Amino acid sequence: MSIATRVLDFSLPATDGQTYGLTDIAGEKGTALIFTCNHCPFVRAWDDRLVGLGSEYMGQGVGFGAISSNDPAQYPTDDFTHMQERAQELGMPYPYLYDESQDVARAYGAERTPEIFLFDAVGQLRYHGTIDDNYEDESAVQSTYFRDALAAVVAGDDVPVADTAPVGCTIKWK
Amino acid sequence: MAGPDPLAVEFLFYADCPSHDTALVRLREALQLEAAPAALAVREVRTDEEAQEAQFPGSPTIRINGEDLQPRGAVGPYSLTCRMYFHAGGRITPLPTLDQIRAAIQRHTTVQARPAAAD
Repeated sequence: MSIATRVLDFSLPATDGQTYGLTDIAGEKGTALIFTCNHCPFVRAWDDRLVGLGSEYMGQGVGFGAISSNDPAQYPTDDFTHMQERAQELGMPYPYLYDESQDVARAYGAERTPEIFLFDAVGQLRYHGTIDDNYEDESAVQSTYFRDALAAVVAGDDVPVADTAPVGCTIKWK
Repeated sequence: MAGPDPLAVEFLFYADCPSHDTALVRLREALQLEAAPAALAVREVRTDEEAQEAQFPGSPTIRINGEDLQPRGAVGPYSLTCRMYFHAGGRITPLPTLDQIRAAIQRHTTVQARPAAAD
């Protein structure tokens, strides 16, 4: 499956009761989409870091959206009710969107959770992959791929590492 | 005099979950550090049917003498998924720590070393 190199529009319900399209999420400097879910321990290990990056870079003109595409029939804790609980528990500063049909994940070519797609102001993919190089221990991280890409997009610079392998659970297809 | 019976150690994993390599390295290191004689069986779980049959709650799963290293989360549901490990302070990761594995080994080696009770 190939990944999207241009940002693609969507219309998805969020845990806050609203429906979001790309224009509702996009920032003036760029847009970060995070394919995620509730049940995956890799997501759990990185969630606080993602929330921190969202809080930091949404204030600098990058729009964020988290998207869960997992089949809740296989993983009940990925259903919409549990998504609402998780968003509240984490204090997610960005919308947590439910891709029930899985069409958005397929269109983007997402395969894992968490998996990052970062687009610049004109919708070009600038970074795809993982968050950093240590899901287990934040204090031992040596390469902050996503943070570095966000900083570059905000500054209008080249992204130092544009692609890494997403590390996490597979998306649970229907 | 014969030594203690080797521990029966099972390591079950699901290949699509990327933490299993590190977990197996950690398990081998823990067995070495504890100098625990062990019969280690490594098994890949490939299908949902195998997950049910092996009572596999997620990858990686480590059992010592049939007892799950982390009883929390060991009782199912059984499926091809990655497993949560719970650490101090509520932190969740996809891997048991070296210390968690060593502690589980120690629980079993201590039990084996206890003298039999007199009748």
